[in-house]
Amino acid sequence: MRWASALEAVRRAPTLAVGALMLLTWVVTALGAQWIAPYTAVQLNLQAVLAAPSAAHWFGTDQYGRDVLSRVLYGGFYALSIAPAATLLGLVLGGAIGLVTAYFGCWVDEVVMRLLDAVMAFPIVVLALLALTALGPSLVNVIMVIGFVFAPLIARTVRAAALAEVRKEYVQAARLRGEHLPYILLREILPNVKGPLVVEGTIRLGYAVFTSATLGFLGLGVQPPTPDWGLMVSDNRNMLTTAPWTVLFPALAIAFVVVAISLLADGLEELTAR
Amino acid sequence: MSAPLLDIRGLTVTYRRRRDAVTAVRDVSLAIRPGEAYGLVGESGCGKSTVAMALLGYLPRNGRLDQGEIRFEGRDIARMGPAELRALRGARIAIVYQNPGSALNPSLPVGRQVAEVYRYHARMGWREAHEAAAAMLERVRIADPRRVMRQYPYQLSGGMQQRAVIAMALAGDPALLVLDEPTTALDTTVQAEILELFDGLRAELDAALLFISHNLGVVRHVCDRMGVMYAGELVEQGGADALFAAPRHPYTAALIGCVPDFGVVKHERPLASIPGTLPDAAALPSGCAFAARCPIAQARCRTDHPPLEVLDGARLSRCWFARDTPAPDAGIYADEPPQAASAQESPVFFSVRDVHVRFGAVPILRGIDLDLRAGRTFGLVGESGSGKSTLARVLTGLSAPSEGSLELDGGRLSEKAAGRTAAARRALQMVFQSPDTTLNPSHRVAHILRRAVRVLSGLRGDALRARARELLKEVALGDEVEPRAPAQLSGGQRQRVAIARAFAGDPRLVILDEPTSALDVSVQAAILNLLIVLQRRSGVAYIFISHDLAVVRYVSDRIGVMYLGEIVEEGPTEAVFGGPHHPYTEALIAAVPHLRAAPAQSAVRLRGQSPGPARRPAGCPFHTRCHRVRSGCAEREPPWRDAGGGHHIRCWISVEELTCVQAGHDKQ
Amino acid sequence: MTRYVLRRLGLLLLTLLVASALIFALTSVLPGNVGRIILGPFASAKAVANLNHQLGLDQPVWERYGEWLWGIVRGDWGKSLALEVPILPLVATRLLRSLGLALFSLVLLVPTALAAGVVAARRQGGLFDRLVSVVGLAIGAIPEFVTGVFLIFIFGLWLKILPVQALPQGPAGLGAYLLHLLMPAAALTLLLFAYLFRMTRAGMVEALAADYTRTAVLKGLPERVVILRHVLRNGVLPTITVIGAQLGWMVGGLVVVETLFQYPGIGSLIEYAAVNRDIPLLTGCSLVITFVFACSNLIADLVYAALNPRVRHALGERA
Repeated sequence: MRWASALEAVRRAPTLAVGALMLLTWVVTALGAQWIAPYTAVQLNLQAVLAAPSAAHWFGTDQYGRDVLSRVLYGGFYALSIAPAATLLGLVLGGAIGLVTAYFGCWVDEVVMRLLDAVMAFPIVVLALLALTALGPSLVNVIMVIGFVFAPLIARTVRAAALAEVRKEYVQAARLRGEHLPYILLREILPNVKGPLVVEGTIRLGYAVFTSATLGFLGLGVQPPTPDWGLMVSDNRNMLTTAPWTVLFPALAIAFVVVAISLLADGLEELTAR
Repeated sequence: MSAPLLDIRGLTVTYRRRRDAVTAVRDVSLAIRPGEAYGLVGESGCGKSTVAMALLGYLPRNGRLDQGEIRFEGRDIARMGPAELRALRGARIAIVYQNPGSALNPSLPVGRQVAEVYRYHARMGWREAHEAAAAMLERVRIADPRRVMRQYPYQLSGGMQQRAVIAMALAGDPALLVLDEPTTALDTTVQAEILELFDGLRAELDAALLFISHNLGVVRHVCDRMGVMYAGELVEQGGADALFAAPRHPYTAALIGCVPDFGVVKHERPLASIPGTLPDAAALPSGCAFAARCPIAQARCRTDHPPLEVLDGARLSRCWFARDTPAPDAGIYADEPPQAASAQESPVFFSVRDVHVRFGAVPILRGIDLDLRAGRTFGLVGESGSGKSTLARVLTGLSAPSEGSLELDGGRLSEKAAGRTAAARRALQMVFQSPDTTLNPSHRVAHILRRAVRVLSGLRGDALRARARELLKEVALGDEVEPRAPAQLSGGQRQRVAIARAFAGDPRLVILDEPTSALDVSVQAAILNLLIVLQRRSGVAYIFISHDLAVVRYVSDRIGVMYLGEIVEEGPTEAVFGGPHHPYTEALIAAVPHLRAAPAQSAVRLRGQSPGPARRPAGCPFHTRCHRVRSGCAEREPPWRDAGGGHHIRCWISVEELTCVQAGHDKQ
Repeated sequence: MTRYVLRRLGLLLLTLLVASALIFALTSVLPGNVGRIILGPFASAKAVANLNHQLGLDQPVWERYGEWLWGIVRGDWGKSLALEVPILPLVATRLLRSLGLALFSLVLLVPTALAAGVVAARRQGGLFDRLVSVVGLAIGAIPEFVTGVFLIFIFGLWLKILPVQALPQGPAGLGAYLLHLLMPAAALTLLLFAYLFRMTRAGMVEALAADYTRTAVLKGLPERVVILRHVLRNGVLPTITVIGAQLGWMVGGLVVVETLFQYPGIGSLIEYAAVNRDIPLLTGCSLVITFVFACSNLIADLVYAALNPRVRHALGERA
């Protein structure tokens, strides 16, 4: 029975299938980078600097003779470690705020929304930029910054979905029974905002990859020689005319992952909307 | 006899679903003559709205007209192209739908929307069209039409909005006016005004009417002839009066028996109920569609599909045993015998003392005092804005009052549900209005009931599960319902689960806030019967809140009438309805559409609209709309008058005078 | 209505105040010794202490905030540490250039996204709808610098039909300017297109399915009138508010796109400030960007209030 419904899901939302497949490819190659990559990410080969793609180096080499394919694969592992963690942090934080503020309403809602508005008055990149400058670039800091910056946006979505539920009669029935707050939030309301939450979480995952790549590009993520995709594009952009493979392949990798997640999110949205 | 204006022959409409096709309308034929009013009744899923949509050529994308003709003024609508349809709609056939608020465009002024019809069908210039629109708005009895024309829909009341929609429909001077549940979303008094409007208009216009509704009383009032639909078929057709007097199809008879016609009370007879559910429209049975639920079904009914037969004169019926149809109040339709009225007074166990609720400076409830007796039903009646739902919330502890207190067994109750003792929470429970949102869609029935039992009665383990199953049995649901999610249950089944949930802790008082308003007539009857049976078995008291006067009269022992946050009349049911009554009650009673003989027109109609709690009038809050208002009513608040036998009226007019002037009006 | 505008302006000021506090906190108060951040890990402790004193960092927080805020209001935004020029005039010129680029992008973006959304909604599920939805979705997820790289590669280097630099080399007319700006603007547009398109489409779909649309059709009105007069008003309204919020993303996109195309706007300036740890410049840029962002949200809210009769009347009645 489960297989039949999975197949049905694929038929109704083909974008879901394509996205999931692409995503799976990324995860598998990223986790298996150690075994798949022909070289390490930092292995120098000054004999073959800026070599065009060939049998020895499928994606060519960069200005230090490092194999671009290997760097792209290890970069995938690195992106995999940031995006889900940051998204999870944002979901937990934002979800909690959204639920609580939707349930209590009145002044709690007003105050929290004003605070969130103030934080959201910053364009995300500027906020991330400021925070990372102050905190210093590192893996943990990037995760924390992205997570905290996403929390208000997620809180908004959760709040909107929860508000629609809070007024409903089954919540009143639960209050009438004398149920405690955690039960009402987690067992009564949360299951019914699952749909929008999952979709929002997937979209956020895509944006997490997006933002960490952007931060890498701007030089605010981790520092070289760590193989961050955005950093690779930024480092090599002057060589777009002479050695385009150094820029194009990391760029394609980024595009691949974010497109995969977008398609997945779109498919999920179609499924949950019905 | 003139040629029919509308002649539908053999109409069959199916909707394509993902895996199958649903037959919404099956071989329906009906004819309407010019100037005639034809009523089409049936419950949800019978296909009546689909007939209306097919009539206008407005079926949804997955709908298909498989067979049949729809001849209107000689031409077949089913075969028309878009340009022809456009010329027809709004000009020859117009339609008025249920929800006037959403039928009007929120971004355009009302006048513009009415004028459009004149502009595009009568080809007038904008100025001329606006003039014509103003004239039409006046014809639908809108006061100060020029001001209304400049306003946006949200600024008008429900009744005014519907009048504007009717004006839009009449603007094209149509030959046929289709009305699909036009008064269902309106208050009873507003509904009565709109029906009166129709009466007046019909005398002036020569439009034919196709009136679609599930409300039998309303259809009775408006229509000359009627058709009853069930599972996509026409099962009976005939003159409205004759049909109600002597129905010739078991479904029609049962349907009539389900409605608590005004004046019938629970002690006299139980309501009819129709067991079972609608047949699956994707897999219709081979015999009569109603056979599975019919009290007089024979073997033949299950195998042979009955055709529409002509009975004496104008009556048609789709039944093999049409002439044997029992009368609606025959016992065969009901499950349980009527409940005899109990003689003695039971003790007062729950009191509401001087409760006030204010939102800022606006008074929502003022000075509410109630005493409830064990095992009795107290009915609370009022229209929108009366504050009855707020009162329900205060009683259950979902909202705290600004002033006043609640007492249970003499002990004061905490204002918030969370602060009450477990015993108090067990004792006071509530059943809500909407079956769609009353159960958590993510929980299964088993979990919903077991959780309620666990929290309210403290049982665990096997005892817990057994009790949950017992509750299901008490509300006449089988064990197969337990693993299901609410989405897999019908509206009636969901409401039964909600009732079971409220009874999980053996409550002493259950507050029912419009528990059947969103349900079909037959389902409502079954739920009302269930509630009465449960009361008899467990001795629970009810507060039954509703805007439907007939239903409240049927189930209640005592009645309270609310207006703008106050109780204006209170007493035993028959005393309140028998008279004398408060002028507001008088108007409410006059607004109820009757099923049996149409009453002599009492013509008691309220003036204007409810001012709303924010603009509460001084003195008696009702005086601005009262048809018996006199000097002094606007100055001071009226006193309570004792009309005897526990019946109290809050009015400046004395009881004697009220008895005198109201005796002239017909009372049921 | 005026009271609403005044109230929103007040809210704007409040938001800016809070934002300024946040910026100040992040750049001057957070963990991380500011002097250390500026001078790097290899400078001596004494040098760090000197710099801290120079920057007035050994005063209490409130004093520093107050002084800083007063300076901002007066127009004295300090000097850039790395470039050693006054910040305010620098930021102002750069801002103007960025606004030009943003405006150009909006001109490209809004009409196309709205039109596409309307057309897609009319033929829901059709080829156009599915194609634009999926392609727009895919491209819209890609960071601007990646699309920028692809655009440069395809149109600039491979097909050679667009100039790669963001600014013309010598004196040039408006046409030349716009041609050079085309790729950066396209990078920004492509990012936001998907979201606006989907919002418009969703709004239109809802409006098309609404009861009032059914009423209009069943009144026998011509299709043109139904769409233009009845549906569009209500269908496009939600998108208008969203446009305001999208400007936030555009600002972020500006930072990246300007850096990639080396366009001398405020985006590349803030990136420069961040990478070079030029705290005063960073602060100044952040303030300005936040201000522009908050203003655009305000304008979007006001436009929505003006277009939605219910909101307009509710505000009017309040007076």
